[in-house]
Amino acid sequence: MAQSYGLIGALLLLILFNILFTPNFLTIQTIKINLIQVSTIIIVATGMTLVVATGGIDLSVGSLMAIAGTVAPLIFLNPALQSMNPTGLNVVAILVAILIAGLFGLFNGVLVTAFRIQPIIATLVLFIAGRGIAQVLTNGNLQTFNNPGFQYIGVGQPFGIPLQVILMLIIVAVVAWAMRVTVFGRYVLATGGNEAAARLAGVPVDRIKLAVYGISGLLAGVAGLIAIARNASSDANLVGLGIELDAIAAVAVGGTPLTGGRATVIGTMIGAMMIQLIRFTLLAKGVPEPVARVVTAAIILVSVYMQRQQS
Amino acid sequence: MTTTSPTIGRDARQTSGWQRFTRLAQSQGALLALVLLVLFGVVRYGDTFYGNYNVAEVLRYNSMFGLIALGMTFVIMTGGIDLSVGKMAALASVLAALLSPYGAVAAFVGPVLVGVLVGVFNGYLIAHLKMPPFIVTLGTLLATSGLALILANNSFVSVDFNSGFIQIGKDFLGVPVPVIIMLICYAIGIVTLNYTRFGRQVLAIGGNEEAARLMGLPVERTKIAVYALSGGLAAMAGVILATLTFTGIPNEGLGWELTAIAAVVVGGTVLTGGVGSVGTTLVGVLLLGLIFNILNFENGRGSISLSPYWQSVIRGVFLLVVVIFQSRLARRK
Repeated sequence: MAQSYGLIGALLLLILFNILFTPNFLTIQTIKINLIQVSTIIIVATGMTLVVATGGIDLSVGSLMAIAGTVAPLIFLNPALQSMNPTGLNVVAILVAILIAGLFGLFNGVLVTAFRIQPIIATLVLFIAGRGIAQVLTNGNLQTFNNPGFQYIGVGQPFGIPLQVILMLIIVAVVAWAMRVTVFGRYVLATGGNEAAARLAGVPVDRIKLAVYGISGLLAGVAGLIAIARNASSDANLVGLGIELDAIAAVAVGGTPLTGGRATVIGTMIGAMMIQLIRFTLLAKGVPEPVARVVTAAIILVSVYMQRQQS
Repeated sequence: MTTTSPTIGRDARQTSGWQRFTRLAQSQGALLALVLLVLFGVVRYGDTFYGNYNVAEVLRYNSMFGLIALGMTFVIMTGGIDLSVGKMAALASVLAALLSPYGAVAAFVGPVLVGVLVGVFNGYLIAHLKMPPFIVTLGTLLATSGLALILANNSFVSVDFNSGFIQIGKDFLGVPVPVIIMLICYAIGIVTLNYTRFGRQVLAIGGNEEAARLMGLPVERTKIAVYALSGGLAAMAGVILATLTFTGIPNEGLGWELTAIAAVVVGGTVLTGGVGSVGTTLVGVLLLGLIFNILNFENGRGSISLSPYWQSVIRGVFLLVVVIFQSRLARRK
């Protein structure tokens, strides 16, 4: 608990610093840009938190984003389907894309449970092959589109709040609630804490693992759609590239140990926001991007070190 | 081609016939697949495949991944992981390009020393501060990529063509120098793992760190050495990158760490540590490299037309088949 207060305190200090020293920080525009930039990372990192809580890891999230981001335009741009009601077509495209990402996530789960393959290797398979699948589907070509209905996911702002930020908050709230209150949450932590003991106690360990990898895939799918809707184009080579490391960093800074058994979804969100805000602060102060990267690395290492000291 | 020799931890004194078979299949399955793939290529494409040019180019290019995977093998055998190698190679390519006016030796040794230093830093945090290898090397991945961009001023750095540095990428007695470097490193690696105290310590730590500590083995020192080795070899790969492309490329190396891990796993070294073989890692590297080569040949014949993107799909499927095979073998025991 003390450590999550520390995290919130650090975030507040950072915000205070920016209010005092960064011109125009407290404008709606700045806040929106920061939240929009971090929302896909937080959505992916939320799924990652569940996986890490079971003692696993999911390297495939970026590739699954690319698959979802490729499949949706393939559906709503498909000439054969243009006779459909546009809204209906968009809904189908969104659901199918997210579902396919979820199925690939389940595939990860099957490798981890049925074949007892270590998570890092099991998800490495789709990390390598998944982006390839997305590239093969489009032959590596950029898919551009002008589909206001679909793009609403990425640019829509109901009540002046970007839809993706609302989605992100809903996802974080639901998962945080599930982890705290439901049996599923208990089971996830039990699985990560001591798998053998959990099994003996009757926890359906394999089903829980299948579920967390499936959820991680679904959330990666959501993030992939947001990413392409934002750009009005889908590039299988770039969508979600490297996001697995951003997500893992957010989870670690947020206070979820990589060994599993403990998890804080809110912590992950704050962790991601902190990394985002540090980068923003540095860039706003005129620090070159590469230097910001080095500083970010140092902050990740220091915060993980401090957490180890406390636990 | 180096010979491969499986090396097994201390618990391997008593082995049944079946265990011996599974170990052999695990460690030599990749070699068998490589031999089959080579035979396929020789029969199907003839001398354009086994001719000097193709062999030299495939080996020259894959020598970088060979070096990175060699270091990764040692790290994985201790039960760790090193994600920083790809960006370390990028940083080293920039350093090599910047140092190339001062001669081949400076441009080779300088980056390698930096790689060793980064590795010692990784190892110190992991061994002494007990931080998870995944996070530590993720941090140095970020930091080295930033450093590479800073040193390169966000751009490419051209090497000096007059200092003799680019000779490192050329041939010596018909053999590409990068391949010679790689083979020497593998020879040293095989001897180190199988015949030295250090090699025994690496396997003992990966097998059971607590037991190794109780036996009085220098756990911390060995771990630091392993990450230093990985950093140094990754830097060497970066130097070769600079000699092959005549450029220091700060953006290169993205995902190389995972390709290297895939090669190590395909070679039969298990990720839980304690068991492993250096020679089979080279087999894994060549196997993954050859898939790309054969794909090129197929496209060249025009019989099928697969976009280069199939490469990653096929590699992924290959990794999948190997790990499923390995998990079946492990469970039969």
